[in-house]
Amino acid sequence: MSAQLKSVDQLETFRRETRAWLEANCPAEMRQPVTEEGDVCWGGRRWKFKNDAQRVWLERMAERGWTVPEWPKEYGGGGLSKEEARVLREEMGRLSCRVPLTSFGISMLGPALLKYGNEQQKREHLPKIVRGEIRWCQGYSEPGAGSDLASLKTRAEDKGAHFLVNGSKIWTSYGDKADWIFCLVRTDFSAKKQEGISFVLFDMQSPGISTRPIRLISGYSPFTQTFFDNVQVPKENLMGELNKGWTIAKYLLTHERNMIGGMGTQRQTPLSQLAIKSIGLASGKLAEGTLRADIARFEMDALAFTLTMGRVMDEAKAGNETGAVSSMLKYYGTELNKRRAELAMSIAGSEGLKFDGQTQADIAPVWLRTKANSIEGGTSEVQLNIIAKNVLRLPGA
Amino acid sequence: MSLVLTEDQLMFRDAAKRFAAERAPVAQLRKLRDDNDAAGFSREVWKEMADMGWAGVLVPEEHGGAGFGYVGAGLVAEEIGRNLSATPLLSTAVLGVTALLRGGSAAQKEAFLPAIAGGDLVVALASDEKNRHAPHSIATRATGGSGKFKLSGRKVHVLDGHVADRLIVTARTSGDVESRDGITLFLVDTKASGVNVTRTPTVDSHNAAAVELRDVAVSDSDVIGTVDKGAVVLDAVLDAGRAVLAAELLGVAEESFERTLGYLREREQFGAKIGTFQSLQHRAAHLFCEIELVRSVVLRTLQALDAQEPTASNLVCLAKGKASDVARIATNEAVQMHGGIGMTDEFDIGFFMKRARAAGETFGDYYYHADRFAQLAGY
Repeated sequence: MSAQLKSVDQLETFRRETRAWLEANCPAEMRQPVTEEGDVCWGGRRWKFKNDAQRVWLERMAERGWTVPEWPKEYGGGGLSKEEARVLREEMGRLSCRVPLTSFGISMLGPALLKYGNEQQKREHLPKIVRGEIRWCQGYSEPGAGSDLASLKTRAEDKGAHFLVNGSKIWTSYGDKADWIFCLVRTDFSAKKQEGISFVLFDMQSPGISTRPIRLISGYSPFTQTFFDNVQVPKENLMGELNKGWTIAKYLLTHERNMIGGMGTQRQTPLSQLAIKSIGLASGKLAEGTLRADIARFEMDALAFTLTMGRVMDEAKAGNETGAVSSMLKYYGTELNKRRAELAMSIAGSEGLKFDGQTQADIAPVWLRTKANSIEGGTSEVQLNIIAKNVLRLPGA
Repeated sequence: MSLVLTEDQLMFRDAAKRFAAERAPVAQLRKLRDDNDAAGFSREVWKEMADMGWAGVLVPEEHGGAGFGYVGAGLVAEEIGRNLSATPLLSTAVLGVTALLRGGSAAQKEAFLPAIAGGDLVVALASDEKNRHAPHSIATRATGGSGKFKLSGRKVHVLDGHVADRLIVTARTSGDVESRDGITLFLVDTKASGVNVTRTPTVDSHNAAAVELRDVAVSDSDVIGTVDKGAVVLDAVLDAGRAVLAAELLGVAEESFERTLGYLREREQFGAKIGTFQSLQHRAAHLFCEIELVRSVVLRTLQALDAQEPTASNLVCLAKGKASDVARIATNEAVQMHGGIGMTDEFDIGFFMKRARAAGETFGDYYYHADRFAQLAGY
């Protein structure tokens, strides 16, 4: 048994203490369901807290490192074991506590920093992520480099003390709201495309950076195109080795894919219940037989997928290798999510077509948003390519 | 419970894997078919399977079994699926034993469980009467009442019926033909007067029979479970059979998929390995995901049966429905990707497609279980 594993008794003590602390410290407003965008706290220099409760909740949780329960204490994390982190999640769920901080620093950059960053970078950046002081964005895709990400052209030229960055990125999530960017740049212009890429971090307030929001089919503008015009990036902001950024990029994409793939399994009202409400039962069955059959097929696949996510986690805990799992989960999870949205629209009928750009309950924007799930973080087709190559070992793939 | 196999289960599976590949491979099924073998399986190999703990996989140790539960039975079934092994495991070790465990009297357990675990007794479930699976639609009648029951009716798709020593017959002691109430289970000696068994060859070269019953006399001691309340036992027996069939279908899907991958890596057309073609790669990658899903639901379902979870039936629907569907797709894709050679009898891949069809049909196919899944969820 690893030293990390706590005995059942210790875990129960931890559970009791955690519950008591949450009850005493989580403001009542932070135990209400999230109903609008401002309810999700992203942090950052320019973040406007919706209310005092949101600020207090973030500060209290950050002080214990519980915005990132499993990160090491020395960088401001909670230092909890997997089991303790699970208990914390369960207790937060029990009290309906909101997640105090959501950010790409937590879900994407942090894990990569912990693995590939140097000591100085970790000490500089991780605590600010933990406390929600710096909001990060991701500079990966470019107008000419989507699925073929490694063909990216944004240049970082070596100018002695700094890199000079020129080029542009696209699909930068919240690029106009972020404080810093982690960015893939080309540092070797003659090497094979994957081998000339480096991973750099820089301040979005640096001179020469501009952003332009992109309006999507859903009506929202969560993405920007981001332009770099002679941006000076200090050499010490290179993460990992020069020209070895692709390794970090792939590692980070794995995290992103797990996150996107897992979205389909978040607790949602079963389609069958929506359908019973909208269509009604006849002799105990949904009154529309053909739609019922599709709903049943979806619900079965969704349950099978949830069980598979659980099995993958169990296998990982048992130390078993389950290769290219993130591609499988990303592919299947996002396709399921799209199926669910299509069925939800059919179930709602004309009600589902309502679209004024403001009403939170409208499902049309959600339906439209799901279409991106199988594109962002590597398209479904790219995931299938990865499975064919890395798992099935098919030739020339 | 963790969805990972324990050390003991892994050892049991590895032993099963070796044994099935060596002693009961596809070649044996092919030979039994070509020889028009009267039994349809090798009694000698079945004895060896009994020694491996297969025949008594569900039988508790106090009755001479291995006590490996449904997870254990599923591990064996998966290897049977991979090798298309000819064996009465499903009929006898799963359906028969589950009926006795759930409804059998102490005397019945004493009399039959050790014999089954030893590989000396073959039991068959004679229940279905319709072409489409409808478990409670039973017209076979048990008349005469307690003490002097007489069975009359006709049963179809009785697995291993023509080689069975005993039949477990479902008959109506009361109620309408479609009613879940009023069903009773009887143990019937196949040699009893009025029992007429006809072997019905099937496309997958597995054993099935039609059973004709005419005023077959049975006594109260032959009743399994409670008179009129047999559906409780029958449903449990069928769910066990469905879950184990799902495991077998997983094995069928896995094996035909792996054989197909091997072919994609070797076969050349247009001057290239056909596995380099993206249209085939994507179909194979998608199939990989579907098979992984089946692996999860099968293990979870078998665990739920072992733990006798109250909602195990929902999972059984998921497992049998999904496994039937995915095995059908996997074997169809296998034949298609093998091209012309996949259509030949000489090549084994067709055997897998035939088995996927038959096992998928048995005790409810995808459509049956999707419907039941929805019903159990209240829609």
